[in-house]
Amino acid sequence: MSDVAAPVAALVEELSKLPGVGVKTAQRLTFFILRSPTDQARRLAEAIIRVKESIVYCSRCYNITETDPCSICSNPGRDQDSICVVEEPLDVLALEKTGVYKGLYHVLHGALSPLNGIGRKDIRIDELLKRLVDGSVHEVILATNPGFEGDYTAGVIKDDIKNKITVPHMKVTTLARGLPLGSDLEYADEGTLSRALEGRREM
Amino acid sequence: MREQRSYPTDAIILKHTDLGEADRVLTLLTPYKGKIRALAKGSRRPGSKKAGHLELLCYSQLQLAVGRTFDVVTQAQAKENFFHLRNDLWYMTCGFYLAELVDRFVEDRMQQMDVYTLLLDTLRTLDADAAELKKRRAEGAEPSPQDRDRTRLLMRYFEIYLLTYIGYEPVLRNCAHCGTELKPEENGFTPTLGGAVCPQCSQLWSQALSLNALKVMRLLQRTEWSHVPHLRLDLRLQAEIEAAMHSLIRYHLERDLKSWGFLEMLTVHTS
Ligand SMILES: [Zn+2]
Ligand SMILES: [Zn+2]
Repeated sequence: MSDVAAPVAALVEELSKLPGVGVKTAQRLTFFILRSPTDQARRLAEAIIRVKESIVYCSRCYNITETDPCSICSNPGRDQDSICVVEEPLDVLALEKTGVYKGLYHVLHGALSPLNGIGRKDIRIDELLKRLVDGSVHEVILATNPGFEGDYTAGVIKDDIKNKITVPHMKVTTLARGLPLGSDLEYADEGTLSRALEGRREM
Repeated sequence: MREQRSYPTDAIILKHTDLGEADRVLTLLTPYKGKIRALAKGSRRPGSKKAGHLELLCYSQLQLAVGRTFDVVTQAQAKENFFHLRNDLWYMTCGFYLAELVDRFVEDRMQQMDVYTLLLDTLRTLDADAAELKKRRAEGAEPSPQDRDRTRLLMRYFEIYLLTYIGYEPVLRNCAHCGTELKPEENGFTPTLGGAVCPQCSQLWSQALSLNALKVMRLLQRTEWSHVPHLRLDLRLQAEIEAAMHSLIRYHLERDLKSWGFLEMLTVHTS
């Protein structure tokens, strides 16, 4: 692209590093930005910078946040006695969208994976246990991703709570593993089906 | 038009690594092509029809299309998913360990039917044992440290046979240095020599090997698993055999296995 102005080439290159964006898309985005009002371009640039500079991890739940503690942890209207454990910040977003859950969260930032060398020091399990010691939390909901590593991580946390936390009436639950939305029963594998059956609820 | 080449194969999923936004690279152990890597497109998307059939340690029937870098999974149907193993932390960790061992020792694209059969049989045994334990618990049996003894022995059995199939059969009949037949007494063990070493060569011992440890290892070496008796081994003897086998594995791989830490973590909890 030697006949293209250097700033344009630079933007195309940066955009094409984003996940799911190929060179073609990066070019389209670049020319869209080029044609859009300066204001709009500036807002985009500032939003990107703000994400990097002002987002920190919440020191309680380790979700990404602008303020520490985050808006969920500091909201007195949330049930303070239940923690929902998820792998990634995006999972919090997904659960919040349902509007069903009113408690707190804990973001692990990954799942245990012996085969990929991710051990318990690499994710925030010990930080979770620390939050449970004082006895104010009575339910831990393990909402790790379905799949071997997610199940494994949930198992290790459950085991840890059983062995290390001596809070009376501590309940550890997992999300009922149903069929993924949009999947047909006939295509579901046996494991998913068994879980869906095990996790069934009365209606 | 060039025809897209495609072939069916059975496979055990040993490992997966995320690629891009929704894809996964799988490491598979197959009966005829040995260990291969394959691309599972879109398997991390919610609602993916293939994902459940491509979980770790699933035994599945696949259709693969020959690709440039990786062959691509076009169809997947789980044949056995070892459901009981998947629902117990201890058995899961053992499953991870088997997969890691096989992944480390087996080379890419080398047919290794005996390892394939060994892995499949061992996963089936683990799954059956997990089911059996769950049943006993449901009938009111208290959890006991002995629950895991049989599995520990099974791991040693697996290690001995895997090493043998790969060409590193542990030397347990004759001294690994001078070749003298080992006597029923305390011998030594030296990973760099590949096994047990007699008292005359004691200057070469890395560690001592008790007579009972040698007996158990020999028993495992010459007995099919279904015929291995239910042994009651005390913890010290179990640890001794494990240490000897792990030292041998560490020597051959020049590294520790990641699953060891996970297995230890569980052992510490329950003791
Ligand atoms: Zn927070
Ligand atoms: Zn000797």
